[in-house]
Parts: sequence; C-alpha cells; structure tokens
Amino acid sequence: MTGTARRLPWGAMARLAGRRALFALPVVLVVTFGVFAIAAASPFDPVKAYAGTAALGADQETLDRLRENLGVDQSFVVRWWHWLTSAVTGDLGHSSVLRQPVTQVIGERLVWSALLCAVAFAVAVTLGTLLGVLAARRPGSVLDRAVTSLAYTLEAAPVFWIALLAVWLFALQWDVLPAGGLTDTASERVTPGQVAGHIVLPAGVLAVSQLPWFTLYVRQGVGDALAEDPVRGARARGLRESTVLGKHALRSGLLPVLTLIGSRVPELITGALLVESVFSWPGIAAATVEAATAVDFPLLAALTTLATAAVLAGNLLADLLYGLFDPRVKLSEM
Amino acid sequence: MSMADVAAGKTGTRWRSRAGDRRSTRTLRLRTSVALLALTVLAVLLVPPLVRLDQQAVDLAAKLQAPTWAHPFGTDDVGRDLLLRCVYGLRVSLLVGVAAALTATVVGTAVGAAAGALGGWVDRSVMRVVDALSSVPHLLMGIFIVAMFRPGVWPVVASVALTHWLSTARIVRAEVLSLRARPHIDAAVSGGASRWRVTVRHLLPGVLPQAALAAVLMVPHAMWHESALSFLGLGLPTHTASLGNLVQEARGSLLAGHWWPTLFPGLFIIVPTLAVAGLAGAWRERINPRRRSELML
Repeated sequence: MTGTARRLPWGAMARLAGRRALFALPVVLVVTFGVFAIAAASPFDPVKAYAGTAALGADQETLDRLRENLGVDQSFVVRWWHWLTSAVTGDLGHSSVLRQPVTQVIGERLVWSALLCAVAFAVAVTLGTLLGVLAARRPGSVLDRAVTSLAYTLEAAPVFWIALLAVWLFALQWDVLPAGGLTDTASERVTPGQVAGHIVLPAGVLAVSQLPWFTLYVRQGVGDALAEDPVRGARARGLRESTVLGKHALRSGLLPVLTLIGSRVPELITGALLVESVFSWPGIAAATVEAATAVDFPLLAALTTLATAAVLAGNLLADLLYGLFDPRVKLSEM
Repeated sequence: MSMADVAAGKTGTRWRSRAGDRRSTRTLRLRTSVALLALTVLAVLLVPPLVRLDQQAVDLAAKLQAPTWAHPFGTDDVGRDLLLRCVYGLRVSLLVGVAAALTATVVGTAVGAAAGALGGWVDRSVMRVVDALSSVPHLLMGIFIVAMFRPGVWPVVASVALTHWLSTARIVRAEVLSLRARPHIDAAVSGGASRWRVTVRHLLPGVLPQAALAAVLMVPHAMWHESALSFLGLGLPTHTASLGNLVQEARGSLLAGHWWPTLFPGLFIIVPTLAVAGLAGAWRERINPRRRSELML
C-alpha cells in the first residue's frame, strides 16, 4: 500500500474464481430446476397463453399439435433439461410478449440497468462511508444521532415511495430534473449528455436507498475500531487525529464493510427493479414487469437466472476483496 | 482541583452521566416503539368495526383536498378520506405480512429443525439447497411466483413466505446444532428417548424464542414485499386496497402535483417498521447486552 504499487496475485485470484464457478454450477442447476418446478405446479397453461384468444375457437386437435410443438406435452424435468442444454449454446428461447429472442431483450437492456446500478452503487459507497465515519468519530453526538436516525428511517422507507416523492419535488415542484425516461421525448438519438441528465434522479434515489446500510455498517465498524487498543495506543503516542483515523481506525474498521459490499447485490437488484419502473428507465426491470404481467415464461426464467448469476458474481467479488485487503486471509485457503 | 479529583470525581461523573444518558435514550426508544406499535395494532383492530365510516365513500365535490381538520390526510382523486383508506390499507398489509411471516416461520423451523436434528447427508444437502435458493433476489422470485399463480391474496402470501423461510431455516438449524451439544440432550438420548421425542420435546422448545424473534422481524419485511408487488401491479387486486395499492393509485394525482395521496401510505409502512426494529433491538439488547450496537434491520 505504501509507495510501490502492490502486485495483484492474479494466479490465486483466478484459482479462487474457478473454484467459485464450480460451486456456482449446482446453484444455477437448483435454481432453474426450482423455477421449472414452480411453473409446472402453477395453473398457468403455456398453450393458451401462446394462442391467446384464438385458443377459444380452436379444436382439441390443433391445441394438441400446438402443445407438442411447444414441447409442453413433456414433463417439466425434460423441458428443464432441454432449456439448460440450449441455454449453454446461447439460445434462451423466445419472449412472447416482446416478440424478440430473450437474449436480444436482455442484451439491449442490460447495459442501461448496469449503468444505473454502477452509478448508484458508487455514490452510495462514497457517501455512506463519509457519513458513517463522521458519525463514528463522536458517538452519541448530535451529528451521530441525526445520521443514525435518518439512516434507520430511510432503510424503513420503500424505495418506490422515495422515488415518487423525489419526482414530485425535483421534477414537478422545482422542475430541475427530468421525471423519467432515458432521453427527452423530442430527442431522436441517445446522446451521453441526455443520458447524464436523465440518470441523476434515478441513480440518486437508488443510492439513497442503499446508503443507510453502508452508513450504519461503516459507523459500527469504525466506531468499534476507534475503541480498540491499537487506536488508543496511537492516541497515547500523540499521533495526529488524521493519522489515527486514516492509518489505524479506518483500515481495520472498513474491512468488514468492504467484504460485505458484494453481498449487497440482491438489494441493489431489488432496488433497481423498483426505481427503474418508477422512472420508466429502459432497463431489465421494465422487461421483468412486462414479462410477469403477460406470464412470459422464457423471459422470466432467463431474468431469474441472470439475477442469480449476478448475486453469485457479487459473492465472488466480496471474497476477492477480502483476500486482497485483509493480510490475515490467504486467497488460496478460501 | 487536584489530580485525584480529576481522575475520580470529574471523569467519574462524566462517565456516569453519559451512561445514564444512553440508558434514558434507550428507554425512550423502547417506549416510543411500544407506543407506536400499540397504536398501529389498535387502529387496525378497532377502527374498522367501531368507526361507522365507509372507506369507499366517494365524494367528488371533495376530491383531492389537501390535509384539513375534516380530512387530516386529505382526500384522493375521487374524494375518499385518505386517513381511513390508509388505516384499511394498513389492515390489509399487516394481515398479509403476518400470514406470510407465520407461514415462512413454520416452514423454516420445520426444515431447519429437521436438518439440524437428522444431521449427516440430509443436513448437508438441505442446507446446500437453502444456500442455492438464497442466491435469488427475493423480489424477483416473488414476482415469478405471483406471475405464475396470477395476482391475488394467497399467491402474494405464498410468494413472500416461499422467499423468506430460508433465513429462519438457517437460524433454527444453527440453534439446534448448538443445543444438541448440551448435557440435557445427551441425558435424554441415553435415557432411551427416540429421535422424534428428543426433537419435539427438547430441541424445538429451545429454538422457539429465536424463531419467534425472526418471525416478528419478518412482518415488516413481508409488508414491504407485499407493497412492492402491489406497487408493480403484481400484488393484491386493486379492490383490496393495501398500502402498496394506495401508492400505486396515487401516481396519477402525484403527477398532477398532489403529494398527500403518496406521502401518507408510505409513512404507514415506515412507522411500524421502525417500531418493530426498535422493539427487537431492545429485546436483543436485554438477552445479550454486549452486542448492544448490532444492527437491527
């Protein structure tokens, strides 16, 4: 960390990623199996959904042929296996509601969702750490109490509600930010400037919804670290407050937070889903809600698997960060 | 003032007063939580049978009125009183939350206790499946279940319960494993008690406090889940007005600049959540004072 840049242990990191991927495989198998089992147990009939109102007038023979064509005359285990083997070759089926291949739906939207999540996450981590450290420095002070109560209240508030109130305040009352979408309605093309203006409000709301958790954990970690002997020793030696905080308290206090960053992916996805739907952000969420409303099974199954993969990747990231920043932990032993 | 005074007297009182401060804030927080929770439960239980007002009473002459004394929360776009609507919505959301939390706790306790009590490969494989299912974001799995079973009260309860039993199963299993190492279990086993008897008579009573705490904490979470599903239009049918439905219905009024139909249902979600968190925090503090500052959400 000091002066010369530390070389990253690429080999050990790759091996850890490989081991985690081996563990991820059964997880994906179990989750997709569960998804197919739930679909099989539900009263939902893919044939009727596919044919729509035409199914009402169709005779039994046509329906049976359709059932055979769609492959739904087989048991769900067979269909699950068929889905898995085609998924490996990059074919996730066809979305009935968006009339596109599922891979195309995801490909077009993933980048916007990822952008929104990345911006919001960066803001939440930065601001949360800052507020948490400020609160931890004087436990019980007015600032500490204000930050803590605000954090608890925000954590309890539904994110879609915060989003709606933000639209009301910033877009309607003050008219400083656009209320939704990716670009102005008049605009034909997607320009970086337009996107930058439109991302402020959704990313801000998503960051605010993730903020309390970081703030509270940083406050706890740094607060505990400030009460430990090394910090007391550093203070007793007469070191400057900035040195005590920066070199002693923060290094051990932020470690637990760092390792938990990766485990926040599920909450981030959940928050993004709701924020995107309030702001009509053209990401994965709009597709998810549409797919759920129209019972578009191929799309729903793919999105659920995708979210699971994102969560597993988050866990891997957490492990990697832990191994890199905690000198007591060896990557090869994780 | 001598050094001894400084050491014993001054710093002593300062320390005492700070500790006293902390204790009084703690008591205040606990009392506020209990009061708010009691108010919530009373409102939900008493208002519908006692107050002879129709929450669906439409009064187009009084539509979209800002909060006044006659309508403390204002009125919605067809003139319905929002305070009454919110209380009824809270009733629906709370019922769904409690039903879902109870179901999840029963399932989680059964699975966790079975895994912990049977041990061996059953335990290992059950917990692997629990780990795998925990990797799916709750809301997404909930959306999937509701989509497959069509929106309605029971699919929503099932979707919340089926995504939330995993954490309870983990807690109960860990508790069973630690209980199994205690002498009274050894005594029961060497006394010839069957596995079933040991589990039901000795292990389950030991894990119930933990399971109950998990269930209480789950209620606000389940309420949140229900309101999120309803907000997306995938939850309860619109005629069963829950808090999520209220926020969803208010979107049109909000875009016309009226903030109150959106603000108040949200507050009705926040208040019980904070109250439960405060209560559970106080309870945990009492059974384990050293982990005082542990996060409670």
